[in-house]
Parts: sequence; C-alpha cells; structure tokens
Amino acid sequence: MADIETHEYDVLVIGAGGAGLRAAVEASALGARTGLVCKSLLGKAHTVMAEGGIAAAMGNVYSEDNWQVHFRDTMRGGKMLNNWRMAQIHAQEAPDRVKELEEWGALFDRTPDGRILQRDFGGHRYARLAHVGDRTGLEMIRTLQQHAVHRGIEVHQECTVNRLLKDGDRISGALGYWRESGRMVLFRAKAVVIATGGLGKVYSITSNSWEGTGDGHSLAMQAGADMIDMEFVQFHPTGMVWPPSVRGLLVTEGVRGDGGTLKNTSGERFMFNYIPPMFAAETADTEAEADRWYDDKVNARRTPDLLPRDEVARAINSEVKAGRGTAHGGVFLDIASRRSADYIKRRLPSMYHQFMQLAGVDITKEPMEIGPTAHYAMGGVRVDAETAASTVPGLYAAGEVAGGMHGSNRLGGNSLSDLVVFGRRAGESAAKYALGLTGQPSVDQGAIAERSASILKPFEGGQENPYTLHRELQECMHVNVGIIRTDSEMRQALVKIAELKDRLSRVQVEGHIQYNTGWHLALDMEHMLCVSEAITMAAIERKESRGGHTRDDFPSTSGEFSQVNVVVRLRGSAVSVAQEPLPVMPDELKKLFEE
Amino acid sequence: MPKAHLKVWRGDDSGQYVEYDVEYEEGMVVLDVVHRLQATQAGDLAIRWNCKAGKCGSCSAEINGKPKLQCMTRMGTFIDGETITIAPLKTFPIIRDLVTDVSWNYRVAETMPELKLSGPDASGHRRMQQIDIDREQEFRKCIECYICQDVCHVIRDHPENQGNFAGPRFFVQLANVAMHPLDQNPKSATVAHGFGLDYCNITKCCTDVCPEGIHITDNAIIPLKERRVDEYYDPIRAIGRKLFGKK
Repeated sequence: MADIETHEYDVLVIGAGGAGLRAAVEASALGARTGLVCKSLLGKAHTVMAEGGIAAAMGNVYSEDNWQVHFRDTMRGGKMLNNWRMAQIHAQEAPDRVKELEEWGALFDRTPDGRILQRDFGGHRYARLAHVGDRTGLEMIRTLQQHAVHRGIEVHQECTVNRLLKDGDRISGALGYWRESGRMVLFRAKAVVIATGGLGKVYSITSNSWEGTGDGHSLAMQAGADMIDMEFVQFHPTGMVWPPSVRGLLVTEGVRGDGGTLKNTSGERFMFNYIPPMFAAETADTEAEADRWYDDKVNARRTPDLLPRDEVARAINSEVKAGRGTAHGGVFLDIASRRSADYIKRRLPSMYHQFMQLAGVDITKEPMEIGPTAHYAMGGVRVDAETAASTVPGLYAAGEVAGGMHGSNRLGGNSLSDLVVFGRRAGESAAKYALGLTGQPSVDQGAIAERSASILKPFEGGQENPYTLHRELQECMHVNVGIIRTDSEMRQALVKIAELKDRLSRVQVEGHIQYNTGWHLALDMEHMLCVSEAITMAAIERKESRGGHTRDDFPSTSGEFSQVNVVVRLRGSAVSVAQEPLPVMPDELKKLFEE
Repeated sequence: MPKAHLKVWRGDDSGQYVEYDVEYEEGMVVLDVVHRLQATQAGDLAIRWNCKAGKCGSCSAEINGKPKLQCMTRMGTFIDGETITIAPLKTFPIIRDLVTDVSWNYRVAETMPELKLSGPDASGHRRMQQIDIDREQEFRKCIECYICQDVCHVIRDHPENQGNFAGPRFFVQLANVAMHPLDQNPKSATVAHGFGLDYCNITKCCTDVCPEGIHITDNAIIPLKERRVDEYYDPIRAIGRKLFGKK
C-alpha cells in the first residue's frame, strides 16, 4: 500500500461539529499543522440541529446568576455523577466562549439594553441560554465554520475515518476512506482529537442524523481508550410522534422555556404529579405558582414542565403506559393556548415551520403531539478535565463523544457550551502535545494494508442486507436497552448483538465503491454494534436507576453506585466493565450543595 | 399501502433515469420514500441527507424540475399516480445519482470578507439593538442548501460565469458583513468588490426557491446594488474622483 494517499499533520481533528471546529481553530492558532476530517459536507454536522441555545451564566437577564449556580444546576441535573472539575471548568468558561462566538460573527437575540438575551430551560435556575430564535446550532456552526475557513484550516469533507493508528502506545494517525471515490486515505498525525458526536442511530426513534453511529466511541475503544458512563443515554422528552416519517424529530425544550406546558389526553398538566424529592424544594406545586414563575423568578418556584430531561421523559413514558397518551403514543405539548401567535412565531420560528410543513399542525392554534426520542450519549471517552486527554497518549476527545461532563443526565443548553469550552481545551492540549514531540510517529504499514483490504469485504458475496441488520439492531436496542431497562431484556440484547456481529461478517452490498451509501452503512454497523455492546454491558453493571438509566428491577438510586463510574474497555474482541470511584469534589464546592 | 412511481437519476453525467415503484404511508416526505428505495431496491443509491428537518440543507434535489429539499417535500403534495422525477442539482457536476459536486461553493466561501467587529464597551458587552439585527438574522438563517445557486441562471445557463460571480447564497453572506451594525471592514471589502453582483438582473428566482424564506433579492441583493451604485456610479462623486484622482 505504498501508493495510498497520505496527509501529514501535527493535529488531526475528526468531526466538524462545534467541538471539532473549535478544536481545529485552537490547534491552528497555536501553530500546529491542523487537518479536519468530516463525514458530511462542512457545516452539516449534528450541531446544526441544536435549537434552544447555549448555556452560560452571563447574568444578562438575572444578575443573580453566576458560575457557581450553573455548576450546581449541572451537577444536580447529572445526579451528582458528573466529573466535578469538568462541570466547574464548563460553568466558568462558557460565558467567554459565547462572547468569542459573538466576536466571530454570531448574532444572538438581544435584551432591551442591547446585550445577549438569555432564555429559560430545563434544570437551569435562571434564564441562561444565549440563543437565536430556535436555530442556535445553525448560528454556532456557521460562525465556527466561517472562522475556520478564514484561518486556512485544511478540511477533508465527506471522508470517513475507519481506524485509529498507533505507534506502540501512542497515537500516530488515522485511516479513512473518501465517500466519493471509495479510495483509502492515510492521515499521519502526532495527535488526534475525536469530536465525532453521538450514537443515536443505534435506536429506532432518534433525533440523530445518519452520522450519529458512534464512530468516535468505537474508534477510541478499539484504540484502547477507557470509556465511562456508557449506560447513560438521554431520551429527549419532546420528539415529534406523528406522522410516522418524522417520529423522533426534535422539538426544542425552548417551547417549555417560553411557556409551553405538557398535558395528557384529559387536559391535565401531569408534570405536577412527577416532582421528585430532589427537586421538590425548588419546583412549583401549583399551576398558579408555575405560571407566575415565568415572570417572577424570585418569589415563585420553577414549573415542573422544566424539570431535567430524564424526569420529564420518564413521566411522559408513564402517562402513555397508564393509558393517558394520544392515539399515536405521545402526549400534548401546548403553547397555543398560553402565548400569542406572534410571540410563538417570533420565538420558535423553526418549530412553527417544522410542524406546519411536516405534520400540517399550526402550533399557534393546536397543541403539538410529542414523545421521548433518543437524543444524546452522556457516556464516552474518559478524559482528563483540564486537557481533554484520553487514556491513550496523543488521543483527545471533546463534545458528545467525551464522557464525564454531564454525569448521568445532561441539561439542555449544556451541550453547545460543552462543545466550545472543551473543544478549545482539546485543541490546545493536542497542539501542545504534538508540538512537543520530535519526529512523526510511525504507522504500521501492515495494519494499513490489512484494513484497506478487509474494508472491501462487503462486496465479496454474502447474503445479509446492511439496512436490515441496522433496523434489527435499532429495534433490539430500543426495546431492550431503551428508556426503561431490566436485566433479562438487556441479556437478550447481548445475544442479539452477538448474532448481528456474526451476520455482519456475511454482509453483502451491491454496486461499486463510489459514493455507495449501502457500503458506508455496512462499515458504520461495526461501530454501532461496538457501542451497543458497551451501552448494554454498562447498563447491566449499574444496578440502580439514575438519570438516563432507569431499571425496572432496581427502581431507586443506590448509595453504592452514587460513588462510581462504570468503566468500559475493549481488549482484543472482549468488552470488560469495572466500577471505579468518582473523582472527589473539594469541600469548598461541596458547600454549594448544602442549602 | 399506496405506491409512488419514481423516476430517479442513476449514475453520473452519462447516466439515465431509472423507474421504481415504492410503497409509502401517510405523512411521508420524498426523502422517506428515497430511503425506503435504498433499503429495499437500490442499496447503493447515492444521496446526501443529515437532519431530515429542513435545517442542514443537505438533501437538495430537483423534484419534478423544481429544486427543493427532499426532506420538506411531502408526498401529499403530489397527485395520486403522478410520476415523481428526482434529479440531481443541474448547475453542479454529478458525482453519482443524486449527489453533486458542490465544491465550487466552498471555494467561493473562502473569498468572502470576514467580519471585523468593533470591541466591547466598558462593561464588556457588544451592544446591539434587536431592531438593528433583525435583517442580519434573516441572512444568517441560510442553511447552505445551494438551491438558490442551482436555480440562478447566471451560472445555471452560463457555467463560464462561475469564476466571476459568487451567487445568491454569497450575496446574502456579503450583505451580512456589509450590514452588520458593528462591522469595521472598509467598503472595499464588501461593496466595492462586488463579487459579480452586476450580473444579477433581479429575476428573484433565488428568492422563490429559498426553503428558509430569505428575501434574497429584496433584502440582500438590491440593497447591495444600491450601495454599489451610490458609492461608485454617483455622477457627482465620479467627477470628484476625476478631479482629485481618487479611485
């Protein structure tokens, strides 16, 4: 394989969403030769779909807000399982990252005195999300994309990384293929930043695009990196449920932040029946108080419609199971009866557009029908809080693919801020590490030749259809390792995953290697099976319910499991799980939780 | 279940339409039917898509001759039994099936001026009034589906213009820089350069097809043209330039 197309960098960033772009900008600014690889066209990454906003304690709407309050909200939202140092860094640095986006061209909505406006969201004590209507992700990715383009960063679009390469223990590059030509490409790099996003495509009802196949999770595992918190998958409470073709499509939490409320088919605002003890002291227990809270945060407590996502998703699930759901298996989200049509169209333009065009529903006149949808992986690569370094030298991770920041449940709005806070740190650390190395680490030509050949195996004749294998995996994960889990069902899932692995070895794709989406799916399936196994193994190990992991057979939280992360490792082809103690929070931060 | 009769472009420039019958259900969009076609009859069919919600601008195609997002075109908008023809964007070279080479747009993007904002005030804020950024925010709704580029006859019918003409998508970006309340770029970066603005004869084709409803012609192109005329074709200023030798 001497003739393989080769690029050489100090830092290779995989993924061009918010975290990848921010990492590349930082690495490049520090003088590292930086390359950026993405599976889709530049500017189409999943960040573009983020709607509600970016959480940062700027205090523009409520001057009482500060990083300590944001930190506390984040930890409590994650049921205290978060890496405390990541949550602290995130809360402290998010305001600067938002101002930086503004400097680079982002135009957030304004307060009457011309500052950045902030909106209410679930689990945040104060209105904290800087936003642009309900298309904040688009604003963020376009800003970062244009900034990166003007910095002259080399971008390799529609290129999929299939393997990470190592020189001994340390990272030495990545091997991928061009989607257009099907040909292999080698990236030699001193450091690699994984910023590949999530894994929602292992579930059948998901808000994720085709890209969310867990590539980065799987690549890191195969490279020997530790993974944590893989059992925690966030089901966003409000996905569209009707018509079937849009099932799972995201409906922003901003609908509730801006006054929308959840109702069952009897018209009851059922969230008042699901206030957990942990949040009782700060949650309104009457409709009158909840409605007052939108305008008076000081004398009224927050509406239970804006409890953290795990609580709301479980409540909706219970309402539907109890027979109080709609014919399509959802509940109602009503803003039409609570806010004026003008207000709704101004605050939620793309929701208005989305429901009108795709469902024929006018959300200024009728309630929306919604239900939970697989949305976000809290778990991912175990990283050092300060540097975003994984346990493999030279390998860094930022954004959704990294674990720890969000604990067992992520608050809405904390993802966009996570991307830029830790994207920047990952780019910085990767550049410093790379610039400190002398010489380019070597790549194993034998491994490259072997992989370049085996990647073509799906053309050689078998009988399994990749689309069928994918659908079966999604159904298996949704039913057995979804919102509500039990040991026996998860063990069935492991059996099914093993069967699908075997069948994947006999997958058959038609046609040739140029822009062959069936072949791409066959290759992505390997990653999806790897992460599905990791999720399931970790979920079996955690014998309690917490955040985005609810066990029917262990319905309450356990003191024992409140002290540990479940760590997943891949050695050879065997996945192992272990319980390891959480980092210990210093006393001065513990005091924030004593009130 | 009803069946849709599709004619889908297969192959590259020398390809042809292939006909398929695909079952569909109420509420589906064209992209769903194309996905079903992929999963059941044409596993190697090349398409681009990401968000499936009209937010990313990946799945642009010419559906019955009109450039649209496949994910926002509902099957219910077709007459029963109507043949649905799905072709790649005509203005760009075909890579395969419904995927075209849109790299020209990314090369134009590199030539766009970058925003240069004035610094924050003493309190650390860049203050802007909402009313002053409403139009800017409209420009920034662009999802880069390149449907406006596809439909613009300056390049659709005259590919030779691609070297001198940025196209509607980038006039919107240029207007974003030119009208940003805090931008400090000299006029030469936006108005003077022009990026082939003069080629546009405001037929509003781009505005008609924009899935984000951006008033490309009225709010971006015409104001830019006005500024350019005001700045460079004003007769009094022209005399001034002659007299004082200013460019």
